[in-house]
Amino acid sequence: MPKEVLATKHPDDELIRADRIPHIWCPGCGIGIVMKCYVEAIKRSGIPPERHVVVSGIGCSSRLPGYMNIDSYHTTHGRAIPFAVGMNIVKPDLEITVIAGDGDLVTIGGNHFIHAIRRNHNFNVVLVNNFTYGMTGGQYGATTPIGSKMSTAPYGMIEYSFNLPLLVASLGAPFVARWTTLHIRQLTDAILKAMKVNGFAFIEVVSPCPTQYGEDNNFPTGMDMMKYFREACVVEHEADLRKVDIDLRPGKPLIVGNFVHIEKPSYNDMDRKLIEIAMKGRKPYG
Amino acid sequence: MTDGLIPPGKYFMQGNIACAEAALIAGCRFFAGYPITPSNEIAQWMSYRLPQVGGHFIQMEDEIASIMAIIGASNAGVKSMTATSGPGFSLMQENIGFGMMIETPCVIVNVQRGGPSTGIPTLVGQGDMMQARWGSHGDYEAIAYVPNSVQEFFDLTIKAFNAAEEYRQPVIVLADQTIGHMYGPLVVPPHEEIKIVNRKLPNVPPGVPDFKPFDAKYEVAPMALAGMGYRIHVTGLTHDEKGYPYYTHEVSTWCVKHLVSKIRNNAEKIWEVERFTLDDADIVVITYGITSRPAYQAVKVARSEGIKAGMLRLITVWPFPEEVVRKVSEQAKVILVPEINMGQMIHPIREVAECLVIGLSWAPGAVQTPDVILDAIRSVSR
Ligand SMILES: Cc1ncc(C[n+]2csc(CCOP(=O)(O)OP(=O)(O)O)c2C)c(N)n1
Ligand code: SF4
Repeated sequence: MPKEVLATKHPDDELIRADRIPHIWCPGCGIGIVMKCYVEAIKRSGIPPERHVVVSGIGCSSRLPGYMNIDSYHTTHGRAIPFAVGMNIVKPDLEITVIAGDGDLVTIGGNHFIHAIRRNHNFNVVLVNNFTYGMTGGQYGATTPIGSKMSTAPYGMIEYSFNLPLLVASLGAPFVARWTTLHIRQLTDAILKAMKVNGFAFIEVVSPCPTQYGEDNNFPTGMDMMKYFREACVVEHEADLRKVDIDLRPGKPLIVGNFVHIEKPSYNDMDRKLIEIAMKGRKPYG
Repeated sequence: MTDGLIPPGKYFMQGNIACAEAALIAGCRFFAGYPITPSNEIAQWMSYRLPQVGGHFIQMEDEIASIMAIIGASNAGVKSMTATSGPGFSLMQENIGFGMMIETPCVIVNVQRGGPSTGIPTLVGQGDMMQARWGSHGDYEAIAYVPNSVQEFFDLTIKAFNAAEEYRQPVIVLADQTIGHMYGPLVVPPHEEIKIVNRKLPNVPPGVPDFKPFDAKYEVAPMALAGMGYRIHVTGLTHDEKGYPYYTHEVSTWCVKHLVSKIRNNAEKIWEVERFTLDDADIVVITYGITSRPAYQAVKVARSEGIKAGMLRLITVWPFPEEVVRKVSEQAKVILVPEINMGQMIHPIREVAECLVIGLSWAPGAVQTPDVILDAIRSVSR
C-alpha cells in the first residue's frame, strides 16, 4: 500500500532554500532556532519577503543567510555591518537584518559595530553569542566568559568579556534586547519589534555551541545548555544593565529581556534632511 | 540646467576636485571614505557636492568599512566610490577581493603617496602599482587606470565607472599626490557627448524558477539587485552560477576562470596607451602617471640631439597591455622604465619585452627631473 502523503510542502518553504538543506550546523546547535525565529518574524512583519535582506559575516552563525530564501549577502569576517550601512543609506526601504556571531560582530568587527550604533543606522542586528569562534575550532573571543577552557586558552580564559547590552545601550541604541534560544516566542517578538524600530535594533541571542564551547565547559550537549537557560534565566526588562554580565557559574542568574525601547531619529532621517537642504541651495553649479 | 552637475566648459581646477566632479557625471551617488592625505579633497568635495545632486556621503570609521559600504550600496544599485591613499588602500585589500568575488561594480581612487608604511604622506609616490594588481588574496584580474593630468584624472574617473559597470567589478584609479594636488586646465565636454555605461539588469522577471545571478551563459551576467525580488544568495565563498557555495575543484575552476577570463578576453578593449615618437625609436621610455611628464620632456630633448628616442605611456596598467609593449620592444634596442618606486612595472615589462629593459628606480618624495631621464637616455645611446 502506498504511504499516505501528509504534506508536500513545509509551511516555511517560501522563506527557506530547501535545496540547500541539509545545513552545516551540528546537532544541538542553537543557530537553527535563531533562523526559525527570524522566519516567523518575517512572516508576521507584514513586510513582503522581497523587501527583507539578510546580511552576515563569516562563521557558523553567518551561514544562516545561505538557507534563507530572500536576498541574502554572506560577506567577509566582521564586515557585515558596513556592508549593511551602505545598502541601508541608499535604499532605506529595505528591511535589513544582520545576523552573525559574537566573534564576527564584536571581536573582529567591534569598531564597525560601535560606530553603526552611534550613528543609529536603521537596521537590525541579531548577534548569536555562543561564547566562542565555532567555525574555526573553539578559540576564545571578546564574549568568552572568564575561566572558560578554550582551544587557545587551555589554562582558562584570563580576559574579561563584554557586557553587550550595557555597551550597546551606552551608545544610544533605540532597541536593546537579550534572549536565549530557549525563548523562541520572546525572541521572535523581539526580532519583530526590531523590524519596527526606526534605527539600530540590537538583539543578543545566547546560543549553545556544544561542539566548540560546551564540550570543555560542562555543557556537552545542546540540551545541557538549554537546561541551564531554563534554570538560570531571569526575565527583567527594566534590568540595571551594569548588572547583566554573563556568568555561567552555578547559582548566577542570566538576565534576559527587552531592555531598551526608545525613539530617536535614525541616520536615514538626518541624511534625508541634509540632502533636502543641499538640493535647495544648489551651488556652485545650477 | 545641468541637474547640479558641473556644466560643460573650460575650468582651472585641482586634480582631486576634477576626479570628484567626474564621478558625479558618471552617476556616482554614494561615497564612503576615511580621511587620508593626499586624497582628502575628493571626500571633502564629495561631502559638499553629492547631496546637491541627491546623493549620499558618509565618512566611515576606517577604510575597511569604506570599501564594504560602497560594495553594499552598489548591490542596492547605486554607483559608488571611495578614495584613499597607500595605508588605506592596504586596509581595503581583503574586501577589494570580496568585490571581485561577488562581482560588484565600484570605483576605488588611490592618490598614491610615498611609502612604505606612513611614509611621506604629503609627497608623491608610485609604490602601489603591484598592490593594485595582486593586493588581495586569490586570483582576479584588476583594472587600473593611471592619469597624468587634471584632465585625464577627470576622464579616467568616468572610464573607471564605465569599466566597473561593464565588467561588474571594482576598478581602480591610480593617481598620485602630484596629479591629485596639481591645478590644471580642464575641459568638461557637453554631457551628452560623455559616454556613460550602466550595468545590465536581469531581463527576466523576478520569480522565474532557477534564476541564476551569476549565469554562466553570459561573459558578465546581468546584476540582480537587493530588493528587486530575485531572492538571490551572494557569497564570498567559491560559488556556482546560482550563487551557492560549493567546495569542489570543479566549481572552483568555473568560478575563478570566469573571474579572470571576463577581463582577459576583453583586455585589448581595456588597454589604453599614448605613443610619442615611437615609429623609429630604438630607445623607448615606458612610463605612466606623473613620471611621464619629465619623461616626455627628456625624449623631446633627446630627439633634438639626434637620439632616436620615443615614449610609450601606459594609461591602463592593469590588465597589463602586454601585446603593445611586446610590439614596441621588437624594434627597440633598450627600454627604460623610470618609476617612483624601487622597480614595480619593470617586472611585467621584462616579462614580455624582447630587448634589454633597464629600470630607473627613484625613491618617493619627488618627481624625477627631465635631466635624470635624459642622462639615462644619453648614456644608453652611446
Ligand atoms: C579576516 C579573517 N580572519 C579570520 C577568519 C577565520 N574565521 C572564520 S569564522 C571565524 C570565527 C567565527 O566566530 P563567530 O563569528 O563567533 O561565529 P560562530 O562560528 O561562533 O558562529 C574566524 C576567525 C576569516 N574568515 N577572516
Ligand atoms: S561548531 Fe558550534 S556554532 Fe558551529 S555549528 Fe557546531 S554547534 Fe553550531
